Amino acid sequence: MTVTTITPDQRSAGLEERLERIWETAPGLLGVLGTVDHKAIGKRYLATAFLFLILGGLEASAMRLQLAGPERHLLGPEQYNQLFTMHGVTMIFLYASPILSGFSNFLWPLLLGSRDMAFPRLNALSYWVFLFAGLFLYSSFLVGQAPDRGWFAYVPLTEAAYSPGLNMDFYALGLILLTVSTTVGAINFIVTAFTMRAPGMSVNRLPIFMWGTLTTSFAVLFALPALTVACVFLYFDRRFGMHFFDTAAGGHPLLWQHLFWIFGHPWVYIIVLPAMGMVSDYLPVFCRRPLVGYTFVALATVSTGILGFGVWAHHMFATGLPPVSTTFFSAASMVITLPSAVAVFAWIATIWHGRPVVRTPFLFAAGFVVLFVIGGVSGVATAAVPFDWQLTDTYFVVAHLHYVLIGINLFAVIGAFYFWLPKMTGRMLSERLGRWNFWIMFVGFNLAFLPMHVTGLMGMPRRIYTYPAGLGWDTLNLISTIGSFVFAFGILLFLVNVWWSRRHGTLAGPNPWDAPTLEWSIPSPPPPYNFAVIPTVESRHPLWEAELGEGARSKLDVGPTLDQGRETLGTSALDAEPEQVLRMPEDSLWPLLLGLALTVTAYGLLISGWWIAGAGGALSIVFVAGWLWP
Amino acid sequence: MILPRTVQTPVMLHPAGPAASPLASLGWVLLGISVVVVLVVSVLVLVAALRARQEGAAVSRSGQGLTWIVVGGLAVPAVILTFVFVLTVRTLGAAAVPSHSAATIEVVGHRWWWEVRYRDSLSASITTTANELHVPTGQPVRLELSTADVIHSFWVPELAGKTDLIPGQHNVAWVQADHPGVYWGTCGEYCGLEHARMQLTVVAESPAAFRRWLDQQRQPAGLASASAMAGQALVTDGACALCHTIRGTAAGGALGPDLTHVASRRMLAAGTVANTRGGLAAWIANPHALKPGTAMPAVGLSGPELQAVVAYLETLR
Repeated sequence: MTVTTITPDQRSAGLEERLERIWETAPGLLGVLGTVDHKAIGKRYLATAFLFLILGGLEASAMRLQLAGPERHLLGPEQYNQLFTMHGVTMIFLYASPILSGFSNFLWPLLLGSRDMAFPRLNALSYWVFLFAGLFLYSSFLVGQAPDRGWFAYVPLTEAAYSPGLNMDFYALGLILLTVSTTVGAINFIVTAFTMRAPGMSVNRLPIFMWGTLTTSFAVLFALPALTVACVFLYFDRRFGMHFFDTAAGGHPLLWQHLFWIFGHPWVYIIVLPAMGMVSDYLPVFCRRPLVGYTFVALATVSTGILGFGVWAHHMFATGLPPVSTTFFSAASMVITLPSAVAVFAWIATIWHGRPVVRTPFLFAAGFVVLFVIGGVSGVATAAVPFDWQLTDTYFVVAHLHYVLIGINLFAVIGAFYFWLPKMTGRMLSERLGRWNFWIMFVGFNLAFLPMHVTGLMGMPRRIYTYPAGLGWDTLNLISTIGSFVFAFGILLFLVNVWWSRRHGTLAGPNPWDAPTLEWSIPSPPPPYNFAVIPTVESRHPLWEAELGEGARSKLDVGPTLDQGRETLGTSALDAEPEQVLRMPEDSLWPLLLGLALTVTAYGLLISGWWIAGAGGALSIVFVAGWLWP
Repeated sequence: MILPRTVQTPVMLHPAGPAASPLASLGWVLLGISVVVVLVVSVLVLVAALRARQEGAAVSRSGQGLTWIVVGGLAVPAVILTFVFVLTVRTLGAAAVPSHSAATIEVVGHRWWWEVRYRDSLSASITTTANELHVPTGQPVRLELSTADVIHSFWVPELAGKTDLIPGQHNVAWVQADHPGVYWGTCGEYCGLEHARMQLTVVAESPAAFRRWLDQQRQPAGLASASAMAGQALVTDGACALCHTIRGTAAGGALGPDLTHVASRRMLAAGTVANTRGGLAAWIANPHALKPGTAMPAVGLSGPELQAVVAYLETLR
């Protein structure tokens, strides 16, 4: 293992202490609430998103108990419908995307050789609004009116006539609030990627993870407005009797479906591309070689993000669209398989041509590849229009989407925790427990979801709170239920491992995996200023240059110190030429206050308390003014 | 009525007619390809991981590996996907709604039951039934789909894939059963509280038997026998008639299923309970115990009243 040490001879004495004073967060409550440190925000994102994963998992467990046999009465239809809706909303909006934002927030400046994100306060706002939107959605349980019409919320079922309670108002307003968080987060990632890279880190030297999050951030900017608009329309229809989706007044229910899926399908790629990127970065470390086909994988990532906008109507094959359009969307949905196949074979080639050192992150990455392929081929089956008429809205699709979202997101994420948590906490997770963790999750997951393909082929529809005996579905459902609890036990083992490692884990040191990228050149956990000197990069693998012997000589211990205040280096968009010294903001309470004011507005709109909503809106403007006051 | 076959597991890969069989053929091909691809990739990952394992290996850039990407990631998938796409387009053509049909049936989705209407082109009369679709074997039957409320989806896995019932839109589907049989169907689009209990039964019988059935369904309800008079009075003068129609009587409600020949149906409340004396009594006594979301209220009949109502309804064959 080689560890690049920062030699003190080229810089003035006491640099670290000085930087520590400049960058550290104030102690006490004010510091907790006002910090803009990307590492603190990233860890909060990770912890909060994981908490939502557990909530979504508990909801799923209750549903699996209900479906363990036919005609069970553990849950009534209304309870079940609220649970499956909140399970979807939670996993898709409150876990899958925010967990990746957490990794991105924590890691990006460390990968980039920077001291923070481009807009640290916006980063804090993004977290607070995410947290409040999650709490807003979950507060619906307190009044017994959680969203109950599916995460896709098709009209007219969600219109006031058929959903008179507050359930779908929680949904519409909660998601609108959440889009604020996601949008400012995306802007922050884009600007950071193009301005904050260490000198020399041209775009073709970015870690693939950054390509993933960057592609995703652009996709967010183009996809989310459709969701916002759809939710605003829905709220207006419900609350003010407008007619956006009302056929009697010239509206159309399919308008909702188009808007929703124009957002919804790109969102699938939004919540997998960064995860694929993480695997592309940590798998090669355990194969002891650089990723095969870096350029192919980077381009595949970007093209998936773009093609992802051309496939939305494959969710609508049974709505009676004309063959011309279903054929187009079928073709597009098959074409988008190609970049995924490129990535899969890049990973396989990396393992094949490497010298694999099997550690827990490697296991999760290898398992991820297999699950990805299973989710991929079942996706092709649903892209074939006529067969999709059979498959859509059956348990086959439930199996497919869980292979995609658990396989590509969660397995990649747990592997990423094993890989990067030592950087965050300074301690290693238990390798022994990690292997148990992987195998139990892997076996449990397949036991739960592989049979669901068959259950679907045998005619079982989705979103039913019970099913009759005698249709042949009983045994398969029981197996799925058992598998889901084995899987849940695997997740529990992960939590045990994290808890155990905080006290008993071996000290990680700066680079426990002998990994090649910049975050491993600094201590674990990193100091508040990240890098004492801003490094200069000459390759994609600054820490592997000696072994690879390809002539690149990145400079990790000499460079600008920027110790006159909260400063970091701004560089040019493509080649990362140094351009300016960026003055970074101090900690601030404005993001928290703005987040609170927006949440008050949402509650005002929820209860038709127009004065409350107006006050929340006015306060938001005041807080933005305070934030921007010179 | 003796049914030629009891309901079996509705496996979409075991089609019972030409609207479903091209879908199933396509499905078998896709599943076959899927299994092969998954097995090949899994073996590759396993072999790759095991073949050169080396604890503490040094970093090196050994092997180019781009061939993997070009062959495995681009060339082979492109060939497979082109093949699948061509097959998809051909199947679209094979499963298209035929221009001729032996009968046209209107299917109207309600929360949470199916209204089924047979239009007689000669007499312009409409015969309405519920939750049970009878079709003649060996002939294509055209289904005109609409909804009274939210989006539903018509789906009988062995006979046809899903077609949605969408407000403001007239979708058409078709089924054809090659052999007599009873086929299970259900609503394929989440439609609220009791989406789970919105099932339907398709009964395929020979064209002659089908015509007999239809003629019988066209008839109004017969005069109640003496033993059923009390029950008839309760039904047609009481709460039942507010929502249900029994042709030939005073009951003319339009909110719930037509009950003119309710006793001829196999199931009650869209697949919720078998249409036996016990099932019928349990359903009427407390519908919400069986189907919590149903719009049908418990009307608070006394024991003897309930028995009388059931006795009458059982005569509506």
